[in-house]
Amino acid sequence: MYRGSYRPYVSPLDPCPPMRVKKFVLPPPIFMDFQPPDLEQVSPREALMIGTLWPLLADEFYREEGIS
Amino acid sequence: MWVYEKKLLYPVEVGECNPKLARYLMEQYGGADGELAAALRYMNQRYTVPTKVIGVLNDIATEEFSHLEMLATMIYKLTKDATPEQLVEAGLGAHFANHGHSLFYENAAGVPWTASYIQSKGDPIADLYEDIAAEEKARATYQWLIDISDDVLINDSLRFLRERENIHSLRFRESVEILKDERDRKKIF
Ligand SMILES: [Fe+2]
Repeated sequence: MYRGSYRPYVSPLDPCPPMRVKKFVLPPPIFMDFQPPDLEQVSPREALMIGTLWPLLADEFYREEGIS
Repeated sequence: MWVYEKKLLYPVEVGECNPKLARYLMEQYGGADGELAAALRYMNQRYTVPTKVIGVLNDIATEEFSHLEMLATMIYKLTKDATPEQLVEAGLGAHFANHGHSLFYENAAGVPWTASYIQSKGDPIADLYEDIAAEEKARATYQWLIDISDDVLINDSLRFLRERENIHSLRFRESVEILKDERDRKKIF
C-alpha cells in the first residue's frame, strides 16, 4: 500500500540474474500535509508494538517483502 | 559547457556475476587516485595555469569524467542484482548499511572521497607534477585491479583505462616542457 515500484533497464549482457522489478517505500506521512484530526487509534499496548497510535501512519517494513 | 553523448567512451562488458570485484573497483571510482579525484583536480587547476596548458587540463578532466562513468557502469552491473546477503558475502555489507544498492564515491575500503585527496597550489610546476604523479598512481591502481580480477571482459576495459593514464602522464610532462620553453624568452607585449 505504501510502496512504489519500477522496472529498471535489464541488459541481455547483465552478469547476474536480473532483478526485473525494483521496489521502494512511499512513507504514509508524504500523503498528508497535516495529520487529520480524529484518526483511528489502536490501544496503547498495540501502539507500543507498532510504533504509533495511528495505524494509518505505519507502513510495516518487512525484510521478506524484498524491498532491497 | 559540455556536450553529452549518451554512450560510453569505451564499451564496458561484465562477464561474471562477482559483486566482490565491485568493491575493489571502487578504489578507482572514489579513491584518492581514482577518476573522480583526477577529473575534479584538473577541472579546478585549469583556471590558474599558464594559457598554453589550460586546454590540456580541460581535455583530460573531461576524459576522466568519461572514465568515471565507465567505472560506475561496471560497479552498477556487478551490484544491482545482488541480494543484501550476497552483498554482505562480497564484503559490501557496510556499504549496503549506509548506501543500499546505490553507488557512492568511496574507496575499496569504504572511505568516502574527500577534497583533501587533491590539491591546487597556484604554482604551475607544482600542479603539473602532482598531475603527473596522479596519472602514474592511477596506472598502478589499474595494474593491481587487473591482477585481482579474473573477468576477462572487465579486464579489457581496465586495460584500456590503464593505457590512457600513460598518455595523460605524457601530456602533462609535455606541458612542463612547454612551460620550460618560456625561460628567458624576451617577449614584447
Ligand atoms: Fe588519467
